[in-house]
Amino acid sequence: MNTVFKRTSVLKDCPTHYCPGCGHGIAHRLVAEVIDELDIQDRTIGIAPVGCAVLAYNYLDVDMVEVAHGRAPAVATGMKRTNPDKIIFSYQGDGDLAAIGTAEIIHAAHRAERITVIFINNAVFGMTGGQMAPTTMLGQVTATTQQGRNPSNGQGYPLQVSEILALLPGTVYVERCALNGVPGIRRTKAAMKHAFQLQMDDAPGLSLVEVLSPCPTYWRMSPAKAMKWIDEQMSRAFPIARLKG
Amino acid sequence: MCGNEALAEAAIVAGCDAYFGYPITPQNEITAYMSERMPQEGRVFVQSESELAAINMVFGAAATGKRAMTSSSSPGVSLMQEGISYLAGAELPAVVVNVMRGGPGLGNIAPSQADYFQATRGGGHGDYRTIVLGPSSVQELADCMPLAFDLADQYRMTVMILADGILGQMMEPVTLDPKPRRPLPPKPWALTGMKDRPQNIVRSLYLADGALEELNNRLMAKYQQIQANEVLCEQYRVEDAEIVIVAYGIVARIARAAVDQARDEGICAGMIRPITLWPFPSDQIAAAAETFRVFLTVEMSCGQMVEDVKLAVAGKCPVLLHGRPGGGVPTTDEVLDKIRQLTIRAGAA
Repeated sequence: MNTVFKRTSVLKDCPTHYCPGCGHGIAHRLVAEVIDELDIQDRTIGIAPVGCAVLAYNYLDVDMVEVAHGRAPAVATGMKRTNPDKIIFSYQGDGDLAAIGTAEIIHAAHRAERITVIFINNAVFGMTGGQMAPTTMLGQVTATTQQGRNPSNGQGYPLQVSEILALLPGTVYVERCALNGVPGIRRTKAAMKHAFQLQMDDAPGLSLVEVLSPCPTYWRMSPAKAMKWIDEQMSRAFPIARLKG
Repeated sequence: MCGNEALAEAAIVAGCDAYFGYPITPQNEITAYMSERMPQEGRVFVQSESELAAINMVFGAAATGKRAMTSSSSPGVSLMQEGISYLAGAELPAVVVNVMRGGPGLGNIAPSQADYFQATRGGGHGDYRTIVLGPSSVQELADCMPLAFDLADQYRMTVMILADGILGQMMEPVTLDPKPRRPLPPKPWALTGMKDRPQNIVRSLYLADGALEELNNRLMAKYQQIQANEVLCEQYRVEDAEIVIVAYGIVARIARAAVDQARDEGICAGMIRPITLWPFPSDQIAAAAETFRVFLTVEMSCGQMVEDVKLAVAGKCPVLLHGRPGGGVPTTDEVLDKIRQLTIRAGAA
């Protein structure tokens, strides 16, 4: 019998703690496949965020560190500058990267740090119970925007971090993808692979892949409807596009 | 060399692989010096966007097994407390220099010792300690650097050098000693890529039932070992002293002169100078308190170290304070006056 699909060796054989329909499982698998295919498992160091993916090291079989909320790009800077031969990536959510860690990601990009950032945007704070994130959609109901996010209530607008980062000379590659179906997942993997490849080639700057990712639990939707919501709603505020490089 | 430069060069001699820092007065000479010298040595210098970022860059470099440091002054060190707590939880070695200035808030840029509580009590959230060294001359600043890196590596924790604006700015001759020191353990825990070994994880999250308590107990056992083995202090003319001054850092220099002048006047004064502020030389102070004396703590704060002196003396003798906060520096005459007053009071009693 031919094996046509199997667990990549960079992914550990263990039960998941993620909710049904969550995008983290898919994103983890894509990162693992890319590390496997590029044959860099023995020189990659990953940085887990604070948030639902804090336990990423339970799934990804590479050396990993878990750091304070939002500080991953600074930690990555310390690692890459002292270990230019290693492949350093951070895996961060929208609360982590787009709220508390805005300064760190902007300045890591601004310094043209040769690191790879996987930015999971699910429009909500997952682990703390579904509060508003900077990337929450207008009208979206969250634990802290119970009437729906409304800029005239001082709740602001969805923050388009990737567009901001693409403006900086220190980024070599910025692409936004989505995990809403097979074509989106394939495109996301290709983007991740390109981002890692750029670092392997010592490209002179930061590469970032933003991934629109479903959170059915805190969007209060079925997994299937969440995929559709990315398609119909989320990708309007956050257009799927290769923004740079 | 000024104290800040001596400290920077000593760090290079001590094998510091990476320096990360953000400008703040009165320690800017360290950042400037490192920006020039570290690249010359083929090592890493990064001017960070904030102290938060600087301490997390230290965290990153330390997690890969490199010798990393940062330096700052009081308001900046407050910002670093988050990272120092994570370094403690993750058991990573790091060296942090605090060239203290007046506070609270933006305070001023005058010398101060008002961060003693923050430094010796951990400073950030959670149950942890940092080793704190309180040098009192430019030579001792330089000598502290290799010791700090060695202690950090040996115990896998943050070592803080607590200096002040005067020490950082004053100029004195310095000899740098590159000779090898204590034997250090290897770093099998470092993140280097999992070549020929299983995955390494560096973390401070312990969710499983009882796991964090186990970590805390392990850290506590390590801290007790440090308290037993790493206390450093100088005893100056204490043998027959009736009045014992306790002072550290630059204030100890001032107090030493006051002790000498008091002795010239026939007053039996002496000084205990803690060099490690944590672990604190409690046993040495407790031993001195066995024979009845009066203790006078002199510090550039409203009175912080005095609490540790009182804990060590445990009510056996009076413990008084001469504190000058907000950038005030006690003079030799001031301290001598205090000694004279205490002598008169002791005589009257």
